[in-house]
Amino acid sequence: MAHPKRKLSRSKRDTRRAQWYAGIKTANLSACDNCGQKKLPHRVCPNCGHYKGRSVITPKGA
Amino acid sequence: MRHKKRGNHLSRTTGHRKALMRNLAAQVFEYKEIKTTTAKAKELRSYVERLITYGKRGTLHHRRLAFRMLQNKDAVTNLFDEIAPAFESRAGGYTRVVKLGRRRGDGADLSLFQLVSFEKVAAPAKDETKKTRKKSAKGKKEEEKEGQVQKAQVEEQVTEEPKEEKPAKKDTKQDKKAAEVTEQPGEETVTEKDETAEEDETKQTENEDAKDKEDKPKK
Repeated sequence: MAHPKRKLSRSKRDTRRAQWYAGIKTANLSACDNCGQKKLPHRVCPNCGHYKGRSVITPKGA
Repeated sequence: MRHKKRGNHLSRTTGHRKALMRNLAAQVFEYKEIKTTTAKAKELRSYVERLITYGKRGTLHHRRLAFRMLQNKDAVTNLFDEIAPAFESRAGGYTRVVKLGRRRGDGADLSLFQLVSFEKVAAPAKDETKKTRKKSAKGKKEEEKEGQVQKAQVEEQVTEEPKEEKPAKKDTKQDKKAAEVTEQPGEETVTEKDETAEEDETKQTENEDAKDKEDKPKK
């Protein structure tokens, strides 16, 4: 059976494991039609509670 | 194979799922709109739409069919007497699922399940927002033509609404700084007796500043 010739260094191991974070992407945010704040697309604006020209919810803290 | 098998099991046994849909549907007919996870809301649509169709037929037979699904007399009477008549001119599409975002805690995707034309709208300045939205929907060209007036409106909204949350903190900080600056010449010799006393004073000055600016910062 084939075996590794060398023990993998901590650096090599950790570099490999750190690549997981490189795959994470930031969310594509869109501007709210009503208040202009950044929000997740296709979702109610958490800032003003509007979606598609309608006030859907009363936002927290308002 | 799962080919063409419709519906979401929602990680439940048949009985559990049936009971869940029964309860959710009954709550929809009672409260007109409910907040639930997106998966449940999407699954609930077919149940509620079918029940409303029963309600529109309105016969005793359909009342019994509805009761078989709901097992809840109040919900059935609500459906047949209040909700179904409102949908007489509408051929399907009685419900709407609006995504709200993720729930804090378990990160579940939440939605608002609404009965169309029964929405509970919480809108203080609804008319203004509607006008601006319609204009923006028509296209950017018209928006540019009417740009100056509309931009002024939008700016007003932007300045009014976000101040309630984020800039309020900044305002308070600025006010505190200003308060410190104003205090220093008067009370250099005192040099901070108690922190609490100073805080009270800063609060007073904050209030004065707030009155000047006509915006009340949140505490």
